[in-house]
Amino acid sequence: MRVAVIVFPGSNCDRDMHHVLTDVFKLESQLVWHTDELPKNIDAIVLPGGFSYGDRLRAGVIAAHSPVIAQVKKMAEKGMPILGVCNGFQILTEAGLLPGALLKNTSLSYICRWTEIIVKNNKTPFTNKFKLNQRIPIAIANGEGRYYADKETLHLLKKNNQIVFTYAEDVNGSTMNIASICNKEGNVVGMMPHPERSAEQILNPKDAKPASMIFESLLNTLGVTA
Amino acid sequence: MSLTPQEFDYLEKKIGRKPNPLELQIVAAEWSEHCSYKSSKKHLKTLPREGKRVISGPGYDSGVLDVGDGYVITVHIESHNHPSAVEPYGGAATGVGGVIRDILSAGTRPIAILDGLRFGDIEKDMHARWLFKNAVRGIADYGNCLGIPTVGGEIEFDKCFTNYALVDVASVGFGKKERLIQNRADKGDYVVLIGGSTGRDGIGGSQFASDKLESENRSAVQIPDPFIEKLVIEAILEARNQNCIKAMKDLGGGGLSCAISETSDALSVGIELDVSLIHKREQNMSPTELMVSESQERMLVITSPEKLQKLKEICEKLRVSYSVVGKVTTDHTMQIMSEKNTVAKLPSDVVANAPLLDRPASVPKYLATISSIKKPKTPNLSKTLLKMLSNPNIASKRWVYTQYDHEVGIRTVIKPGQDAPVLRLDNGKFLSIKIDGNSKHCYVNPKQGVIGCFDEACRNVVCTGATPIGMVDHLQFGNPEDPEIFWTFKESIEGIIEYAKYFQIPCVGGKVSLYNETDNGPIKPTPLIGVLGLIEHKPLIPQKAKGNDHLIIVGITKDELGGSEYYEYIHDIVGGVCPTVDLQSSKANQEAVLEIIKQDLVKSAHDCSKGGLGVAVSEICMTHDIGCLVSVDKVPSESLKDDELLFSESHSRFLIVADPSKLKMIKNVLEKHKVKHEVIGKFSGKNIVFKNKTKTIASVRVDKAQEKWLNSLGSLVSHG
Repeated sequence: MRVAVIVFPGSNCDRDMHHVLTDVFKLESQLVWHTDELPKNIDAIVLPGGFSYGDRLRAGVIAAHSPVIAQVKKMAEKGMPILGVCNGFQILTEAGLLPGALLKNTSLSYICRWTEIIVKNNKTPFTNKFKLNQRIPIAIANGEGRYYADKETLHLLKKNNQIVFTYAEDVNGSTMNIASICNKEGNVVGMMPHPERSAEQILNPKDAKPASMIFESLLNTLGVTA
Repeated sequence: MSLTPQEFDYLEKKIGRKPNPLELQIVAAEWSEHCSYKSSKKHLKTLPREGKRVISGPGYDSGVLDVGDGYVITVHIESHNHPSAVEPYGGAATGVGGVIRDILSAGTRPIAILDGLRFGDIEKDMHARWLFKNAVRGIADYGNCLGIPTVGGEIEFDKCFTNYALVDVASVGFGKKERLIQNRADKGDYVVLIGGSTGRDGIGGSQFASDKLESENRSAVQIPDPFIEKLVIEAILEARNQNCIKAMKDLGGGGLSCAISETSDALSVGIELDVSLIHKREQNMSPTELMVSESQERMLVITSPEKLQKLKEICEKLRVSYSVVGKVTTDHTMQIMSEKNTVAKLPSDVVANAPLLDRPASVPKYLATISSIKKPKTPNLSKTLLKMLSNPNIASKRWVYTQYDHEVGIRTVIKPGQDAPVLRLDNGKFLSIKIDGNSKHCYVNPKQGVIGCFDEACRNVVCTGATPIGMVDHLQFGNPEDPEIFWTFKESIEGIIEYAKYFQIPCVGGKVSLYNETDNGPIKPTPLIGVLGLIEHKPLIPQKAKGNDHLIIVGITKDELGGSEYYEYIHDIVGGVCPTVDLQSSKANQEAVLEIIKQDLVKSAHDCSKGGLGVAVSEICMTHDIGCLVSVDKVPSESLKDDELLFSESHSRFLIVADPSKLKMIKNVLEKHKVKHEVIGKFSGKNIVFKNKTKTIASVRVDKAQEKWLNSLGSLVSHG
């Protein structure tokens, strides 16, 4: 089972994600530079957090035009599990793989702290081990993390069960406290919080078990018994 | 912006002719106080640098410590005071960038940033508020983008920093010992400039920083670009992995002038450089501008002819600009060319080694006038305690550290807001690091003040279960030409030496920043001490205090309120007796506390310092959301008034939170080490209560205290 972790210029959670996938959850993972071809035999793709292209113009917008994104789109169509975390989520929205946009936090500041998110969809490849409404203590760190979508899109998100996680509190002004959404098919998930920072007990000030289930869900999807 | 007549004569004698204008600019940049340490070097040489973990090599810009299993940590500290006082966002951001590149120069990956920030009275001074807000934003935008966690630091506000700012940045690196850059060069090796393009920013920055701040010289401030720095970091580390780097130096103060002369001198080689080959961002730059520009995000790399192609490929893959600007020669000179014409030729050792000064020192007159003060009348202590908790110097720094990404890199085991942050290392060990300064104590007693900072930083890392293994210092003073200021500098060095020798903690790096003055006068002496601690097995991650847990104090509370927050913030009294460290008992206290932590007997340990016992107990209660009843009559102390018991800032004290079942074992260890200690309180309820025998001397509700402590700093800045 192989997971490609895409590295853009300015990605900075790539090595963290690689460590957690490989060393903690024993998934074979590989860092893939954004101009390189995706390896042939991969089963999932992760777009990690960071500041691709230094957030120039708008977070994620330049990376969304990287050569690798065309290949990611093809894999998305084929139903491959794809996870975008933080800047990865921003890239997925800018690439049109997910609806809506991520705007500057209402505080106008970067926010790095621990919070809780609530599972709203337990059918995705990254949430299938959760119970609905289960709470996950998790780290957030972003400056442009406020999810926004117009009324019509929000209506569709609800109708199609595309809201994956919501914040248990208002952390940055996100519409309906949305922390994570998926595409209509459910295989492409974008989330602002950082599961890779939260899945090891030594790093998580509360309980790391729920966050680790995001990775265990992926293992489950890929047919590996955790 | 030039040499003194004596220096000019010295230079002329050394090179046997008159220097041309470009040569003069190169030498002036390198001989600036900022780059040459000409006032301080004589004294810095006396700091103890030897230690079993210390690895030293030629030309290292950072200290290197062996942490076992083939791994090293590197550490460095710098300030960016003058630029930050003029342009706080860019000044603070480039301050981060500069120290990161020093860590990178050794061939290690930067894994943490800490900042020490100082501004004027932000409660009253809008300009100070503006400086503070933008310096924090500068650090956040730069560090966050790099993906290097900002894990800690400290902040102080004092009127002496009005119209000014001290922005100190420390960074830690981690890597394999075998990958450390060896810093050697051979004839025919290539000199490559990697990273940001050279422009007209930061021209003469090091000289600007070596004078009193009179005019707002914005062109001397460098422009930050963290995205380029991030690419440079990855390119350099990849080049290190591919053995493409024989020697390396960061371009900082003095730009190419300093980088070339210092590299050539440290490696005992010559360097021939053609400035017309440098990749530039502006047209028609003169050789002088190119040689003294302090444009950021640049590294100087020396590579062999065999590895040059590989190095180019790595830069091209990451789209990092580079230019092959010169070659290594054997003649020990730096030869600067422009379009193949020699425009400067100087012996490197002359340029790199400014004539040192032996400045006079005399005891400042102010010390005699502030030594005795009239003790204040004891006010209502409940109200005073609440006021102390909202004092910007004491209030929670949450508003600051939540803007910093302190988790990236997934090493941050103990987060900001505790005594000291702790990072996990790849060999299963943990690193704790803390920086501490206290300009108020150091003003009242420069020597005891710095010893106190050193002791506090050690106590902070001890509270995480770490043993101190090394220190860095950053010495910040006013104009060294003033003998009274220079005296305070010398006293600080003596204090550091005394403590470092007694505790056997080697000094592995440091920096000196002088001429920190405005038209209002010099800053108070502000040495900053950073201490690194190593944890072999497991850190003490604070556990929640629960009802019936006991509070133990270790150490003696004395009549030492000179320079305290209580005297200065509540009563506006500057002076009195500053806390003094008894080295022997302080060492015993630290060793005893470390032992009870290692034996897993305590739930948490806290340093008792700024704001004294009253503040330290409140901090524990507010953090763990529980009340506590403290009997101050049980506190081991000199004969003190109630206000003094609560707010004395005596050093060498720890507060320990423990389950009652562990008390006996804790007592056994403390008694074995013969340290003064006492159980002084018990956690319960929703109030923080201090009693002297039966009389309640102060009582505040935990939620009221939290509201003040957590929000006061943020609301000052957000609504101001």
